[in-house]
Amino acid sequence: MAGVSPDGGAVAAGAIELLEWDATGVTDGLDGYAGGLNRHALAHAAERGLALDESVPPFVALSFEDRTALVRWLTAPGHPEKALWVSLALFCNMAYDSAAHTHTAEALAAGHPGLTAMGIAMPDADGLWRFPAYSYGRPLADLHPDTTPTGSPA
Amino acid sequence: MNSVESTDVLVVGSGFGGAIVAYHLAAGGARVVMLERGPWLETGEFEHDFKLGSSYTRIFDFVVGDGMSVLGGNCVGGGSVVYFAAMPRAPRFVFERRGSIARRMWPAAISRDTLDPWYDRVAESIPITQQGWQDVSYSGGLWAAACKHAGRTANPVPAAVDTAKCVNCNWMMAGCRFEAKQSLLFNYLPAALAHGAEIRPLHEVQNIERTGDGGYRVHYQLVDGEDYRVTTGSGTIDAKIVVLAAGAAATPVILQRSEATLGPMPYAVGRYFSGNGERLNTAVLNEDRVREVLGLDRGDGLAYAANQIGKGPTVANWDRLDGSLPEYSRYSLEQLYFPPGLGTILAMTAGSDPMWFGLDKKEMLRRWRSWLIIFQMIEDDNEGVFGPPPARGNADRLSQQMLGIGRLSYKPTANTQAAWAMADAEVKDILERDGLATVTPWTNDLVGAYTVHPLASCRIGDDPHTSALDDRHELRGHPGIFVTDGSAVPGALTVNPAMTISALAERAVPGIVRAARERGVEVVYGAPAPDGSTGGRRGAARLAEALLSR
Repeated sequence: MAGVSPDGGAVAAGAIELLEWDATGVTDGLDGYAGGLNRHALAHAAERGLALDESVPPFVALSFEDRTALVRWLTAPGHPEKALWVSLALFCNMAYDSAAHTHTAEALAAGHPGLTAMGIAMPDADGLWRFPAYSYGRPLADLHPDTTPTGSPA
Repeated sequence: MNSVESTDVLVVGSGFGGAIVAYHLAAGGARVVMLERGPWLETGEFEHDFKLGSSYTRIFDFVVGDGMSVLGGNCVGGGSVVYFAAMPRAPRFVFERRGSIARRMWPAAISRDTLDPWYDRVAESIPITQQGWQDVSYSGGLWAAACKHAGRTANPVPAAVDTAKCVNCNWMMAGCRFEAKQSLLFNYLPAALAHGAEIRPLHEVQNIERTGDGGYRVHYQLVDGEDYRVTTGSGTIDAKIVVLAAGAAATPVILQRSEATLGPMPYAVGRYFSGNGERLNTAVLNEDRVREVLGLDRGDGLAYAANQIGKGPTVANWDRLDGSLPEYSRYSLEQLYFPPGLGTILAMTAGSDPMWFGLDKKEMLRRWRSWLIIFQMIEDDNEGVFGPPPARGNADRLSQQMLGIGRLSYKPTANTQAAWAMADAEVKDILERDGLATVTPWTNDLVGAYTVHPLASCRIGDDPHTSALDDRHELRGHPGIFVTDGSAVPGALTVNPAMTISALAERAVPGIVRAARERGVEVVYGAPAPDGSTGGRRGAARLAEALLSR
């Protein structure tokens, strides 16, 4: 949500693009999701006596705190529609933390907000990751006394 | 109508349970056909890419259940292609477990001593590296140092990884591009092919029926190579012997769906599922404290910041693998890498609700490089039960690949929950000491608990009421049907299970050979390891003879 965080979130990361790709399996239901979310937002506002700006959709009219509370409620154990909303949340998260709608190397090169914020390293020129430095290279603990000669627990 | 195709032995699935049995039977002279629901990828097709449709989603399946979600392989080579290649043997006390049935869960014939020769056969067939500290990744080293700081031991984990070829890219779950991971694509499967076995990818087995001659007819559907929601045809194959190794989240579903044609299934088909007691914790490290308290330094100005670097799990704490401790209080704590996606959404902040999304979570993600993931494997209570099967396969597929909704229900008992709580507390004790890190468990509220090691949904045992298979892995009441995958393992192992699944599959082969011979198949037991080595065969000869003659 604009202004809440200093840098881009799921939408800037490509959540809409991902959701609109039929490979996800949720694309056909997007209108239903939007309608449902707005109905829940209206009910949420009515229960709390909140006045909503009618020039924008009800969910958009909610404050950040109220949107958060609504999403928490919809995805909480016991909510009858939980599975639907968790699926939607899963893909929105994936847009941010794995850019599942685009090639990872290209997303990184383009400064994808999620992958960049997480500090994911750039791949080699051939698009593959290799880490030549990977180990502290020295013993850092004592082995369990019952370790077998094959390196397994006894 | 086409004439009916037939073979001696039909193997469903090409992971550890399927490949090992297929190799030995083909090498022994039987005609073997393997049906694999997933695609067949070559090394060059394993990609470093999170985009939907890359190898990561083509070969990996995530099935959401009620209270438990299962991650598993979906390709030729099965779990061996996507797993992290940890290959420890199960500790001795595991075989004496009583679990939820108040008596020994494992068949009397199997103990660590009697399974060790079969473990040896696997170790001769799949090159397993006993990793040294030079091989241990930064994250493994960090876990070891934290364990030592807290008065614990820590062990490099034996792994089926050629460390000379490994580039520590941590893309193991998308298939190994560098042929470092010693998956079944490099040992049992090519050896099976060399002996005439056939592997047919994108063949999803649906159900089994009996033929008039005491054999079985296996029905499959052909799955589209890109959109697994779509099928492109169907067919049948007749076989004298059927070996089910479709994975512990799929094998019982095939049997449930077959009940209409095969007749009643043993009670334990689709019950006693175990998630191997798995649960994850995320630690977010304080880099300054890592340097000051543990004295760690990468030599490039960083203390750690190496979550992305490595080869899955490299170090485990085994202090609680002590047979003198009570059941449900024994577990291992293993450093692990889990890729973004599931590995990030389920991680929780240490702040106030909401803990899996929101502003605090975004800040936590900003420190992703300083994450350390710890994998618990406790003793659970085999509380998983499969409901009626879906229309096809083991899930209603939501996405074109990877994501589906299955029928597994798992309500953790007080034993399981207490064991998780004990392990959570210990990880916190080790990693929050002296301000090293902030530790939180993954949430079970979104997709339930989750496992990468599904087990026990069609298990071996001596008691017909609580085991679907006899100790030779034959399905009770259905002679000639065998189950050799993780579903046959009686319960949680407190360590990664691939080595034990493989050893049990090796041990099951003599009994399957005997059953095939009784059905007129000209097959002998006694193939060497896939590379021709014979030491393991000698070591297991006496045990094999006993199984052949029963």
